[in-house]
Amino acid sequence: MAIALGDAAARSARPGAAAAKRRPRRGGFAGYLFLTPWLIGFFGLTLGPALVSLYLSFTDFDLLRDPRWVGLGNYARIAGNDPKFLSAMRVTFLYVTLAVPLKLAFALSVAMVLNKGIRGLPLYRAMFYLPSLLGASVAIAVLWRQLFAGNGLLNQFLSLFGIHGPSWVSNPDYSLYTLVALSIWQFGSPMIIFLAGLRQIPKDVYEAAEIDGAGKRAQFWKITLPLLTPVIFFNGVVQTIDAFKAFTPAFIISGGTGGPIDSTLFYTLYLYQEAFAYFRMGYAAALAWILVVIIALFTAFAFLSSRYWVHYDG
Amino acid sequence: MADIALSMGLSRRRTPAKARALGRHVVLCLASLAMLYPLLWMLASSFKPESDIFGSASLWPASFSLDSYVRGWTGLQVTFGKFFLNSLVVSVACVIGNVFSCSLAAYAFARLNFPAKNFWFALMLGTLMLPYHVTLIPQYILFLNLDWVDTFLPLIVPKFLAVDAFFIFLLVQFFRTIPRELDEAAMIDGCGAWRIYWIVIVPLSLPALATAAIFTFIFTWDDFFGPLVYLNDMNSYTVQLGLRSFVDSTGKSDWGALFAMSTLTLLPVFAFFLFFQRLLIEGISTTGLKG
Repeated sequence: MAIALGDAAARSARPGAAAAKRRPRRGGFAGYLFLTPWLIGFFGLTLGPALVSLYLSFTDFDLLRDPRWVGLGNYARIAGNDPKFLSAMRVTFLYVTLAVPLKLAFALSVAMVLNKGIRGLPLYRAMFYLPSLLGASVAIAVLWRQLFAGNGLLNQFLSLFGIHGPSWVSNPDYSLYTLVALSIWQFGSPMIIFLAGLRQIPKDVYEAAEIDGAGKRAQFWKITLPLLTPVIFFNGVVQTIDAFKAFTPAFIISGGTGGPIDSTLFYTLYLYQEAFAYFRMGYAAALAWILVVIIALFTAFAFLSSRYWVHYDG
Repeated sequence: MADIALSMGLSRRRTPAKARALGRHVVLCLASLAMLYPLLWMLASSFKPESDIFGSASLWPASFSLDSYVRGWTGLQVTFGKFFLNSLVVSVACVIGNVFSCSLAAYAFARLNFPAKNFWFALMLGTLMLPYHVTLIPQYILFLNLDWVDTFLPLIVPKFLAVDAFFIFLLVQFFRTIPRELDEAAMIDGCGAWRIYWIVIVPLSLPALATAAIFTFIFTWDDFFGPLVYLNDMNSYTVQLGLRSFVDSTGKSDWGALFAMSTLTLLPVFAFFLFFQRLLIEGISTTGLKG
């Protein structure tokens, strides 16, 4: 998103400024009129609630009685005395660090195969994209729970080779990996973005490299990968933020508990439980703000590091 | 002679290229089959009699039966027909609200000049990064106080207020590609901002508006978190919540019915995929929309 956004901001600045010079006062009233729904939404449903939740994060609030100010109490408990928070962090970070790179690696490899001027590209692209479109649905989580159940499809397949597999979803050692697999299965949309990026790389660069004697491997490391870094950056940021927010599959596979033994307790699932199962609204608000800080830190890190590995000159 | 040698040389070089292409097709076919196998198997299982589901991993039902669909449809106190109706109402309302409110805001950002425009634009982009969890609890309290819990309003009203900034961004990008001369011509003909929006921008942006509409529909249809938070009464459940209750009530006992209903809930999204694939894929590759 970052690249596209920066791009848009840059472009918006220029024509806007030029137009402002030509027609200094046109449309001031109309502009705000068109913006009214968004402004109401921004103040009423985004900025206002965000500030309220910041306030609530310093209180004890159960919806019934008025919020009671506890200062940094919620944050102190989260930091010092909450084993479930630690489980949720561990599960979420493990999920993010496994699912995102694997998904992107899959997406890139398939995109590279599809980019070789293959026949029937639209059909293949569509088939690889389908899981990613359907994936957010509860039905897919239901299917996944069955695939990795004790008598599920995977174990039926393994039994053909005489392997007796465990019940993957209800075994705390494996349950998180079934969710990682589900995430990788949905590599379709980053694949499409990679495919669009690969097409931007001019063919003559490869031809020149070939004349200079660069093999396929050298071409990949010296041309494809560097020229693709803006797209890798974009996909990485979007997929990581998305992975931090994952909720539905863990909720369905664990029946809303994050179990077995908190092995699928995603951060968002823990937040949901605190807010809507135990009605500890102040505590959940503090959890939400910690998530904001985590995502903001990650994004800032991604942007700061990007100047060292993302090439924008291509 | 030279010609023959050359053509032989060429054909010798072409054969491995052809073989490689064939190899690629084989790999790609196997890979897509492996990826789609779970979906096909679910579809097949929904038509199998219960006893056959776990007996075989085959994709073709030995005997074809609609029993699972009948059991699933009426498996809860409220039928799935009601859930589908609810989902349809919510999704259509969200599509209308989102496309309308986001295109208004996008038009203002892309075409009109007003004080502090860049400031608002930057704020709008900033909200893209904000996870919705931060606004969740105060929004819930707000809607609770408005007595909107257990109605569709908490799901629909935010869409009429352009809360989903990504779609504003998508439309701003598209509106900018429309030549400004058209606006200016319309303005000379006496059109105000509203008429320019309505007779120039909207008709010329139908592909982008359609993309926004389709993605809004799919995201709303698939949304689980929103309905989970706001809808408690089974009569107001959307299909995703209905399916989840069905999982809880039948547990692992009736996979056939579960698969039948799962298949049905995927059908609308699949239909969009079949008919609007080009728009969806272009939407993703040009804007990075996640889908």
